[in-house]
Amino acid sequence: MSTLIRVEDLHVAFAAGRDRVEAVRGVGFTVAAGECVAIVGESGSGKSVTARTLVGLAGPGAEVRAATFEVNGRDARRYADRDWRRLRGGFAGLVLQDALVSLDPLRTVGAEIGEALLAHRRADTPERLLAEVHVPEPGRRARQYPHQLSGGLRQRALIASAIAARPPLLIADEPTTALDVTVQAQILALLAERRAAGEALLLISHDLAVVSRLADRVLVMKDGVIVESGPARELLAAARHPYTRKLVAAASLDRRAGPPVRDEVVLSAAGLRKDYGRHTAVGDVSFDVRRGEVLGVVGESGSGKSTVAHLILGLTTPTAGRVTLEGEPWSGVPERRRRPRRRRLQLISQDPLSSFDPRWTVRRIVGEALPRGDSPLPLLERVGLGAAVLDRYPRQLSGGQRQRVAIARALAPRPALIVCDEPVSALDVSVQAQILDLLADIRTTDGTALLFISHDLGVVHHLADRLLVMRDGRVVEQGPVDEVYARPRHEYTRELLAAVPTLEVSP
Amino acid sequence: MMRLPGPGVAASAAFLAVAVLAAARPSWLAADPLAADPLHVLEAPGAAHWFGTDQLGRDVFDRVVHGARHSLAIGLAATLIAVTAGVTLGVLAGLAHRYADEALTRGFDALSAFPLLLLALLFITIAGPGTAGLVGAIGIATLPHYARVVRAQTFVVRRAGYVTGAVAYGGTRLRLVARHVLPNVLGPVPVLAMIGLGEAVLAAAGLSFLGMGPQPPSPEWGAMLADGRNYLRIAWWASILPGVVVTLTVVSLTVVGRHLQHRFEGRDPR
Amino acid sequence: MLRPVLRRVATGLVVLWAAATAAYLALLAAPGDTVDSIVGDGADTPQIRAQIIDEWGLDRPALVQYLDYLARAARGDLGRSYLLHRPVSAIVGEQVGPTLRLAVLAAALGIALALVLAVTTRRPWARRVSSAAELVLVSTPPFLIGIVLLSVFSFRLGLFPVSGDRGFAALVLPAVTLALPVAGVLTQVLRDGLDRALDEPFAVTARARGLREGAVLVRHALRHALLPAVTLVGWLFGILLGGAVIVEQVFGRPGLGQVTLAAVTAKDLPVVLAVVVLSALVYVVLNTAADLAYLIVDPRLRGSR
Repeated sequence: MSTLIRVEDLHVAFAAGRDRVEAVRGVGFTVAAGECVAIVGESGSGKSVTARTLVGLAGPGAEVRAATFEVNGRDARRYADRDWRRLRGGFAGLVLQDALVSLDPLRTVGAEIGEALLAHRRADTPERLLAEVHVPEPGRRARQYPHQLSGGLRQRALIASAIAARPPLLIADEPTTALDVTVQAQILALLAERRAAGEALLLISHDLAVVSRLADRVLVMKDGVIVESGPARELLAAARHPYTRKLVAAASLDRRAGPPVRDEVVLSAAGLRKDYGRHTAVGDVSFDVRRGEVLGVVGESGSGKSTVAHLILGLTTPTAGRVTLEGEPWSGVPERRRRPRRRRLQLISQDPLSSFDPRWTVRRIVGEALPRGDSPLPLLERVGLGAAVLDRYPRQLSGGQRQRVAIARALAPRPALIVCDEPVSALDVSVQAQILDLLADIRTTDGTALLFISHDLGVVHHLADRLLVMRDGRVVEQGPVDEVYARPRHEYTRELLAAVPTLEVSP
Repeated sequence: MMRLPGPGVAASAAFLAVAVLAAARPSWLAADPLAADPLHVLEAPGAAHWFGTDQLGRDVFDRVVHGARHSLAIGLAATLIAVTAGVTLGVLAGLAHRYADEALTRGFDALSAFPLLLLALLFITIAGPGTAGLVGAIGIATLPHYARVVRAQTFVVRRAGYVTGAVAYGGTRLRLVARHVLPNVLGPVPVLAMIGLGEAVLAAAGLSFLGMGPQPPSPEWGAMLADGRNYLRIAWWASILPGVVVTLTVVSLTVVGRHLQHRFEGRDPR
Repeated sequence: MLRPVLRRVATGLVVLWAAATAAYLALLAAPGDTVDSIVGDGADTPQIRAQIIDEWGLDRPALVQYLDYLARAARGDLGRSYLLHRPVSAIVGEQVGPTLRLAVLAAALGIALALVLAVTTRRPWARRVSSAAELVLVSTPPFLIGIVLLSVFSFRLGLFPVSGDRGFAALVLPAVTLALPVAGVLTQVLRDGLDRALDEPFAVTARARGLREGAVLVRHALRHALLPAVTLVGWLFGILLGGAVIVEQVFGRPGLGQVTLAAVTAKDLPVVLAVVVLSALVYVVLNTAADLAYLIVDPRLRGSR
């Protein structure tokens, strides 16, 4: 088997103002023809920079150094811009995360694919390539713009443009991260198909589970270094490096069952419906949340789960139906009378940075939610933060710290229910596990109920007692989590569960 | 991280400091701008007269220094009017309900449909030339710019997570506006006004050049240029040097303003 | 596709109406009697006063006057100059030619210069020099540019005539004077747009396809950079017209600017009002056209899938 890429002791550094930041610090690996290699790491691990360096696109001002840097059997350290251009597209195709921005929004997808063909003088057509990646009606789709295609079709079109010049290697940088689970499964199947056809794959992902089924070998990167590498099977079964073990644990979360739930309804939604013009965002949703219970709401984008959160929080008025909070009417009540009861219902959102006033310190953010004069410190300590963060601004905190501050603020008024809207989706996998554990602890000790909204079935399974599966604004299935997972009744639930990437090794 | 400003920014700041001093205490820097000396008419720049003399033998440097008061004061007053009215209307539009917002926004559109200079000329036709007419004209003409920026910013802040979230935490509307919306909207305004001041100074010089500003013999930069223009063939300094001072002032305001803007954005990313 | 077009046209009409109304209010707000304002420094006899009252219908209720003003403006009747005793539309019509020639040439020069500068000065040192030059150009009063050009190219080198409107040579310096600040602003906008577009993932994808940097710049980034520049067309017109007033004064050229200045000095309000309303009309037409062009260039705004 011929070797496509061989690097040893690769360093990539960037000039940042007067400082120099080394993003990749001595990385070595090979990719052989027809092989699937995965680089797994969290944000800032240097995995994307490594991938882009392989096609000479590390970025402006990047300083690349290596003991060995062979691309296509030649020393890439001496490559001129012309040599790189011949390799790009011809030797390696690049697929980035979100096709909505990775394809030129002002040009049709056909023009984008055609451009790749033209650059390498290929006598192929965009239509044929679209058909090859299983885009239905390729003739019509080729004349459409990226925003006119669904997320899945867009990603297929992006892949089509990357394979146009028949490169022996496909580099896919988080190719499914922006997609819904069911679509993600389809794109992963397409990548597997490319590989079966003989193309080598270099997969970059933050998600061990996504790559585990596809990859022959996995490289785990952290802080610009490969901490562990080996066949996927061995890595999952017997990880040696503690960081890899942490990733494996985070990707296979155990269930944390809570204490038995008291039969006391905190919040109840009956026949909730929300129309925007002719569009029904939420139609006929009913559920109860009991004290100390975690109710998971699962759905893909457009399922109406975030609208449900807004209806519960009283940020939008339902078109029909009603919400009852602690036995008293909540929806349809004038805001003036609702305001004193708002403390009972709190929110943790996906992006805590935008939910904090950028001019306020942590002390003020949390302090505002407390009775006058109370110190925010005990609360911060409870969520695992210390006095050190008190006088920092939100943007000076890491993603995990911010979410902890958001939890502290939500806990401050001692609420009966916290609405968690995708609370860990923006976080790295290893941090996700910590935040979920913290939420589980809070529910156990305080008896605070959680309405846990997520697109990630794995995350919901970890925490929730009961589950609500939503699609197109409707509840398709609900019941105890274990039951829904073990014996899904609805077709869509089955499809969702089948699409969830799990830590499995390809046979 | 505190970073020292570059040499361009430092030089600009120094120039502005001198300009402000000239406007506030011109007599510290220069002699009488009206003192004519018929024996030294249109003399080239030299040790005796740094910027040369004009057709009446008046020292051009002295006149430029004293002119700072007129030019900067007109720009400042006009910007003050524009910022005060623009910010008020912009915040109102940003907070208002759909129809009121639409009406105000179309109003800004209508006002900015008039080219600045022509609107100012119309204003001066009605109110008469002179300092007051100039200030009012430039103030009204530059108002829509501030109103638009502030409206857009209010819109963004109003929809930001920390404002919608604050509703969920039980704040009243008024409290929200006072604690979250206004501080986050008004923050960038001073810097914006600083860059806008340059534009106002430029417009004021242009109108004075056309004879619509302070009437002679008052030393005003634009008017000095218009005066000296007739002697351009034999004495370039009488018109070009005051013009260079206008350029330096506007460049300095922009450089310092942009520098502050970057610092501000660096401190407060959104 | 039809709905967004109609919406933009309707918005344009509303803005135009508001602008005409604002101009009318300015007339009413003028201190003293409206007749005084219109007479200005012109000949003031009882006959002329009667004629003004008759022509403007000043003896009718205010609302009727206002509606009549709108109706006449819509028909292109902008009143009579009391200084020149002729219809304003005729005066403007005669003088619009030289100004138009000047503005069109200046716009073409400015846009061409901006495009060339923005695309060619991509290297760090080149962009630093160009950025500094842009800042100076934007900050320099147009009359200073004109005077400097005059003293160098006409007085020192004798390459171009000092004033007048005879032949193309007389048009060069005024057009350059007007074009330089325009080029300064447009280059800044285009450069920012290019920088932003080249940072986008689609630019990375395009490079990863094996495209030359030049092709990425021209085929992908430039279209994105032109989008914000298109919205500046209304501003560009305002700058050109305002600049024309000054440039015509500096170079002693005939044109709309000279007419306007003479009218301002003589307080010939109908003429000033006409020029101002006319410029607002052109601004609104241009801006609406730019909005519509946006719909063509950016498929995302066309709505429906």
